[in-house]
Amino acid sequence: MSSLPRAHELGLIGCHVCGLVCRDVPDLHDATCPRCGAALHRRKLGSFARTWALLIAAFFFYIPANVLPIMRTVSLGDVDDNTILSGVLELWVKGSPDLAIIVFTASIVVPMLKFLAMSLLLISAHRRTAWAQRQRAKLYRLVEFIGYWSMLDVFVVALLTALVQFGILSLVEPLPGVVFFGLTVVLTMLASMSFDPRLIWDSKETHD
Amino acid sequence: MNAPQQALNGKEANNLMICEHCDTVYRRRELARGETARCLRCDAVLERHQRIGTNGMLALVLTAMVVFIQANIWPIVTLGLNGQEISTTLWGTIIMMWNDHSQVVSILAAATLFFFPLAKMLTLGWVLFFARRGERAPGFATAMTILHYVGPWTMNEVFVLGALVAIVKAHVYFDVLPNPGIFAYAVLMLLITIFASVDMRRLWDLTEAPPA
Repeated sequence: MSSLPRAHELGLIGCHVCGLVCRDVPDLHDATCPRCGAALHRRKLGSFARTWALLIAAFFFYIPANVLPIMRTVSLGDVDDNTILSGVLELWVKGSPDLAIIVFTASIVVPMLKFLAMSLLLISAHRRTAWAQRQRAKLYRLVEFIGYWSMLDVFVVALLTALVQFGILSLVEPLPGVVFFGLTVVLTMLASMSFDPRLIWDSKETHD
Repeated sequence: MNAPQQALNGKEANNLMICEHCDTVYRRRELARGETARCLRCDAVLERHQRIGTNGMLALVLTAMVVFIQANIWPIVTLGLNGQEISTTLWGTIIMMWNDHSQVVSILAAATLFFFPLAKMLTLGWVLFFARRGERAPGFATAMTILHYVGPWTMNEVFVLGALVAIVKAHVYFDVLPNPGIFAYAVLMLLITIFASVDMRRLWDLTEAPPA
């Protein structure tokens, strides 16, 4: 595998925005891409610190997102507060189990997977281990690909709120949990974007 | 600024490509129909053969714009209970969330379902309109940078699934009628998926910089 040349070995650098191959220079600050004008970096700037910060912030929002109710349904004076999990259960019992599985995956499994996967990627990249590099690279691409589907429940609450407005008879209201959940999704997306997958390959073994 | 030394000569730069996921350098090769180049080190997709030309892309974007207008003005779903009916559009939803003390959600929905997709379609349309003739549109570099950053923040496909879940949930208590808006959204979702899979960066190679 070491026969494949990497950009830094050839004195090259790829533009993060337009992908142009440029020549690396020793003094890289304020070097810009000759084609699109974006700043050139060998690796995304402050990748570790930024990704950790966003991930930890996302996790702090994720707790109230799950504990606090996201939606209140009032029907014939019967007030019912739903959390994400109770919404899934209700969908399983009264609606369709397939959709319950989709919502469960999007709002519980995907965010949890993102926290675990991003922590794993960050810790293993920190240690510069060559362990399971291809699998880690694939895991990162999976995280990037599925991340935004977690917005599903937020849109469901928004649509139901707008629809169910029959006055005293029945009413759907958004509750703070949904705001925390939306913020969790945005922060985890930003976290996975600020992680630089090249770090997976900057291991001790292949580096020198 | 040391930009001039930074540039490889044109031919050299176009022959090389760097895997964005692991920094491996490759020599470029023309891809045959249906072929996909993958990175040998990390298995990421490097390049795909592009079936759709710039004219085809422009047609897709224009179609998407028409469908986008319909998706925004037609109601998405109608609920009925005891003869009363209520329906909502995307903007109805956004405004309702704003009034219901969920401004954060309202802003998120407006951005990911309206403003970002709109920005994406307009910028893409602008760039493609000139690229058809091999020209770079005024503000080409800025437009390409916008496309790069806006890309991951359009969530129309998630909204379609969300509408489906909302319909099923509401079905327990109400008569639910899907409206044309939801179908327009489904079509829009397909169109956006098609042009999300196209690598816009090749527009840099397809167009020529205007002589300075």
